[in-house]
Amino acid sequence: MNETSVKQPLFRMIKRDDVTKSQAMCVRLIAVLLSLIVCAAIITGITGESPVNVYLGIINGAFGNPNRIWVTIRETAVLLLIAVGLTPAFRMKFWNIGAEGQILMGGLVSAAWMIYGAEKMPNGILLVFIIISSAAAGMIWGVVPAVFKAYMNTNETLFTLMLNYVAMQIINYAIVFWEKPAGSNTVGIINSASKAGWFPKLLGGTYGLNVLLVLIVTILVTIYMRRSRQGFELSVVGESSRTAEYVKIDVKRVIIRTMMISGAICGLAGAVIVSGSSHTISTSTAGGRGFTAIVVAWMSQFNPIAMLVVSAFFVFMQQGAIQIATQFGLNENASDIITGIILFFMIGAEYFVQYKFRFGRKKEA
Amino acid sequence: MNEMNAIELKNITKRFGSVVANDHVDLTLKEGEILAILGENGSGKTTLMNMLSGIYFPDEGQLFVHGKETVIRSPKDSFELGIGMIHQHFKLIPIFTAAENAVLGLDKDKKGGIAEVNKKIQELIDKYGFDLDIDRKIYDMSVSQKQTVEIIKVLYRGADILILDEPTAVLTPQETEKLFAVLRNMKANGKSIIIITHKLNEVMEISDRVAVLRKGKSIGTIETKDASVDKLTEMMVGEKVALNIDRSEPVDPKKCISVSGLSVRNREGVRILKDISFEARSGEILGIAGVSGNGQEQLLEAIAGLQKYESGEIKFYDENGNETKDKLISFVPEDRLGMGLVGNMNIVDNMMLRSYRESKGLFLNKTGPAEVAKKIVDSLKIVTPDLKTAVRRLSGGNVQKVLVGREIERNPELLMVAYPVRGLDINSSYVIYNLLNEQKNKGVAVICVIEDLDVLLELCDRIMVLSGGKVTGIEDARTTTKEKIGMLMMDSGKGENE
Repeated sequence: MNETSVKQPLFRMIKRDDVTKSQAMCVRLIAVLLSLIVCAAIITGITGESPVNVYLGIINGAFGNPNRIWVTIRETAVLLLIAVGLTPAFRMKFWNIGAEGQILMGGLVSAAWMIYGAEKMPNGILLVFIIISSAAAGMIWGVVPAVFKAYMNTNETLFTLMLNYVAMQIINYAIVFWEKPAGSNTVGIINSASKAGWFPKLLGGTYGLNVLLVLIVTILVTIYMRRSRQGFELSVVGESSRTAEYVKIDVKRVIIRTMMISGAICGLAGAVIVSGSSHTISTSTAGGRGFTAIVVAWMSQFNPIAMLVVSAFFVFMQQGAIQIATQFGLNENASDIITGIILFFMIGAEYFVQYKFRFGRKKEA
Repeated sequence: MNEMNAIELKNITKRFGSVVANDHVDLTLKEGEILAILGENGSGKTTLMNMLSGIYFPDEGQLFVHGKETVIRSPKDSFELGIGMIHQHFKLIPIFTAAENAVLGLDKDKKGGIAEVNKKIQELIDKYGFDLDIDRKIYDMSVSQKQTVEIIKVLYRGADILILDEPTAVLTPQETEKLFAVLRNMKANGKSIIIITHKLNEVMEISDRVAVLRKGKSIGTIETKDASVDKLTEMMVGEKVALNIDRSEPVDPKKCISVSGLSVRNREGVRILKDISFEARSGEILGIAGVSGNGQEQLLEAIAGLQKYESGEIKFYDENGNETKDKLISFVPEDRLGMGLVGNMNIVDNMMLRSYRESKGLFLNKTGPAEVAKKIVDSLKIVTPDLKTAVRRLSGGNVQKVLVGREIERNPELLMVAYPVRGLDINSSYVIYNLLNEQKNKGVAVICVIEDLDVLLELCDRIMVLSGGKVTGIEDARTTTKEKIGMLMMDSGKGENE
């Protein structure tokens, strides 16, 4: 046979079979390492600093002093909380990309309580109101698209996305009333003297209550998802709504119920941000965490421990980027670039978990 | 190289991950013959043919077309070699006519007005004896007409080697006869034809030679005149199988369900079921025959309470003949992994689908479902690594056993099954038939939709035929004939349409 006339394709993609968990983790680990190398290469390229200094800067930014460590913990907790909140919705294959809006609405209600409720009741009671009402606000913001989805089969992706912008405009409107000092177009630190409505110190740290709340919610949601009948129902709806109908699960009800839970947790995250750390409200209060958390939840395959690890990694890199930005005179976009690079590699890794390349035609025995 | 071979495959291997779909397969198609490729589901027939039509690329092996070694890297390569494949699922544009579909995607240099194309197609129709109205659009056509268009399409494009993937699966006996007549005409005109099938009777009727595949390996090719149904079955399954179904006389049948005047419209407002009336009795198997898509699915779903109906009544009766509301209905739907089961969940969780509501409190009780799962796996000999394996990873037969097992385990009073053996190998099919018979003997009313008329005639007590959403006849399965059922399947239901 004339071999030259028989052309082979250059390479082919082959689906991997039965990828073990450790193999998958290995691929992801390589992706993380690659992303770190590329990040450092880019920053080195821009600043001319040695890569070692870049890494030291990143570590310094995340863990340089007790205060920075607490900020890293705080940010990790918030990101984890939002990812946990998204888990029920995504398990149901309800593409809730409206966490930003749900967080903002929760934050708005928290700020309102702090402003109007200060000195009218003990701080403990005020905090209870803040927590409950912020969850309620997020719940409302989450349940609206769910109702439309359940009864009219609207597209939840567009709907939740649009509601993010509605929430932002409501915040802008509220800032008009609350701005301080007048004309600044910002709310400023609310109750900076009385600290009414601020999360109190707990477990020896400023952000102890943040961490505690997030841990409690994470454990409750994990139990709900794995052990409860409602958790089972929502997984069935997510896998196949036809199967759900076949076993007489009320699909509409499950959609609405699940989004109530998902929205409420995201709303609570708004309170954790506003009352628990920033003590102010602006349109950037959510700061893209609602989107980052989607990646965190997906990459972790909804495993709570994995979500914790992934959240911590993202926050570590972001905090580090902020540090090297100031250290080497870059602007705040450096952090976004780094997050982008990491996302690129992490999402790309998922492809290589499922497929491998094969070059030419391999003769096998 | 033998000039007499239209296609010769040597040592073809194709793997999907660790699954070897074709394991060093050899196959020869002689010029001007009809070769049947016979094999159970999963034996690699379609994979092999997809490599000829350029959809897959073989991992190993050589391929000769008209005696010349070639490499087929894309469907286009395959076309240029004169190979035309008629897929099981049609690939036609519904709002186009036959001619428009035939020229779709062809190069401009083959142009000529649509009138010219129509003329050529009319010539093909006359030459081979097709039955087709050339001006009709695809959406107006029956399944067999659509198939005709697919065949004309590849002929128009100059194919001289035709591959038909399970062409008779969607046809009535009469339509099958017509198709076979056309195939014989094409053979007489020098075309070489491969027909993939798992129906033995058809192999015996149409083919010159039979190639048998089993578990991805070629078992052998024999002349059809030397073959027998028993011999082919043995080659296909690898062992001797007793192919008979014990049909007992119904014991004390009592009315279990009556349906009267049932009409169902689909979302587009088209009436799928028109004025359906029948009754099913305990201790009896009622078969439903009909070309698929004639309302079988909607009828079963309406009885199961999953489909709203426009008018009519569905009534259930207890042993004493009194009307009752609570009948335990088990339903094995056609779409096993999309409706009956959750593919990504394991066997235990799939058992839990039916029983999770029974556990008390907020939390799930997994021990009960785990016991049921173990029992079913043991009694139906389901092949699975363990109970924690996602059901979609099981083979088709095992998936069906999980589903049927779960539904029977509920001790139903009415059992409905839709296409229970579709995609199953022969042994699994007979396991399912026996389970249905067992339920019948226990006094359960069984309603089953089955495509294979031979099986229907052997298994059921009565056969109801649906055509165009209407009941065109209810026959005694012991006395009726296949031809009679086939006639009823093509009956438009006499009378007004809509």
